[in-house]
Amino acid sequence: MNIISRHRNLTVLVLALFIQVVGLAVQVKRPTDHGPVRLARLWGIDMVVPAEHVVMNGQGWIYNGWRNYLYLRDVRHQNDRLQQENLHLRLELVRLAQDAGQAQRLQALFKFKEQVISETIAAQVIGTSGSENSRLIYIDKGSQDGLKPDMAVVVPEGIVGKVVHVFPTMAQVLEIDDQSSGVGALMEKARLQGILKGTASGETVVHYIMADEKIEVGEPVITSGGDRIFPKGLPIGRVVQVNAGADTFLSIRVKPAATLNRLEEVLVITKIDEQQPALTPDMPMRAVDILARNLPSVPVKPPTPVAGQPGATPAATPPPAATKPAPHAGDAASVVANAKPTATGNHPAVPKKETPR
Amino acid sequence: MQSSITSSEQIQVHRLGLPVTILVPLGALFIQAYVPIYLPFFTILDLPLLVTIFFAVARRGPISGLLTGGVIGLVQDSLTHQPLGLYGIAKTIIGYLASSLGVKLDVENHGSRFLMTFFFYLLHQVIYAAVARGLASEALQLRWGHVLIAAVINAIIAVPFFALLDKTKGRA
Repeated sequence: MNIISRHRNLTVLVLALFIQVVGLAVQVKRPTDHGPVRLARLWGIDMVVPAEHVVMNGQGWIYNGWRNYLYLRDVRHQNDRLQQENLHLRLELVRLAQDAGQAQRLQALFKFKEQVISETIAAQVIGTSGSENSRLIYIDKGSQDGLKPDMAVVVPEGIVGKVVHVFPTMAQVLEIDDQSSGVGALMEKARLQGILKGTASGETVVHYIMADEKIEVGEPVITSGGDRIFPKGLPIGRVVQVNAGADTFLSIRVKPAATLNRLEEVLVITKIDEQQPALTPDMPMRAVDILARNLPSVPVKPPTPVAGQPGATPAATPPPAATKPAPHAGDAASVVANAKPTATGNHPAVPKKETPR
Repeated sequence: MQSSITSSEQIQVHRLGLPVTILVPLGALFIQAYVPIYLPFFTILDLPLLVTIFFAVARRGPISGLLTGGVIGLVQDSLTHQPLGLYGIAKTIIGYLASSLGVKLDVENHGSRFLMTFFFYLLHQVIYAAVARGLASEALQLRWGHVLIAAVINAIIAVPFFALLDKTKGRA
């Protein structure tokens, strides 16, 4: 007892450290997000984050007031420029819609299921962890808004991270450049899969791609969907450096598409549906589409014209089933089977739909 | 209500009012979490650590120093996704050592404050990394070049920051 009172300061230090070490051991052994640990974390967050919430709201109110009612300089000029840009984008959209339609038909043909982002929630960034060792942001939406752990967080440019802890009115989002994060990544051109991880310096590196593979600098990297958090095909970033990594793997440094250190608003993906793309009857059918459907089956040979019926060419008398696009993949086969080659080419062509005049 | 701990007759002991004791650490934690939204490089600073050192040295009481450091560290832990206790343990030790140093030496001038902050920052990072890797199995890597630069920056900022916080002090 005498020793303890003589070394009171040291005793208190040892006691304080002992309590924290035991607490740490409990968390490491049972890494759950429930019970007293969650409560303690909530207390800590409640001391700091609500103030950030208030400041962000007040700041947003002042900023919006200034931008929307007072600072309207060059708005007319900007409006003209945006209208021009809109025109160009609409033209581009028409072209992309054609490509997308073709891709959908091919997916339907091969019975691919695609992941579709069906619901998102916009959220504002209200804080950070403030630590270089934990690349984390706070958003102003929580369980009351339907958020759950492991939901993907994105911005239009690319992915940001995933929700880790959810509280009633806020949530923690772990960014993809954190050391403990991991995202299934796919090299868009090389079609090679790896895992994207963060480093201590805040860089993002793709691991587990074999060293004998050829990866080019500048190649886009997208999500592979293998982590079951991010839907397949979302942009991650671009390759900026390719080095020999540990063992027989490459170390591919990627520059994230999203500006992770300057995020103000993000989208949380709250619902992802898996669905097979359905062909709509109003989709235009082109020769190349039918040809693609025909692969790899053997094309049907044209019937021999009946003697004594001149002009009875297949192109002139198409069968009724080929006069309009098939509504879905099952019927497509019959369309292909009934489609006949034209008089000039070997490929089955889309028969023209006769319109009465 | 005033909180103060007397430990030495030669070296001046300061008292810090309860509002200061609560609001200054909370303010530091708030700034640390909020400013990086707009200034990402701000995370190189560790304002909660600077507050821990300042309070420990001003009070010159090891127990109050370690408790202040422990509480500030635990709140800082709760803002991260890592287990609670990493910053808590590191700042508990720093609070204890800073107050023990404050009992023995005069650390009121700018030069000693610079050096003290520089070395305590390095020690803090070493303890943090050791606890993270040894006890929490976190895959944390220390970048020594970066840590040294951060230590210098924190030490430089500490001089005017401590001078600002000096205005909150009263004599015990």
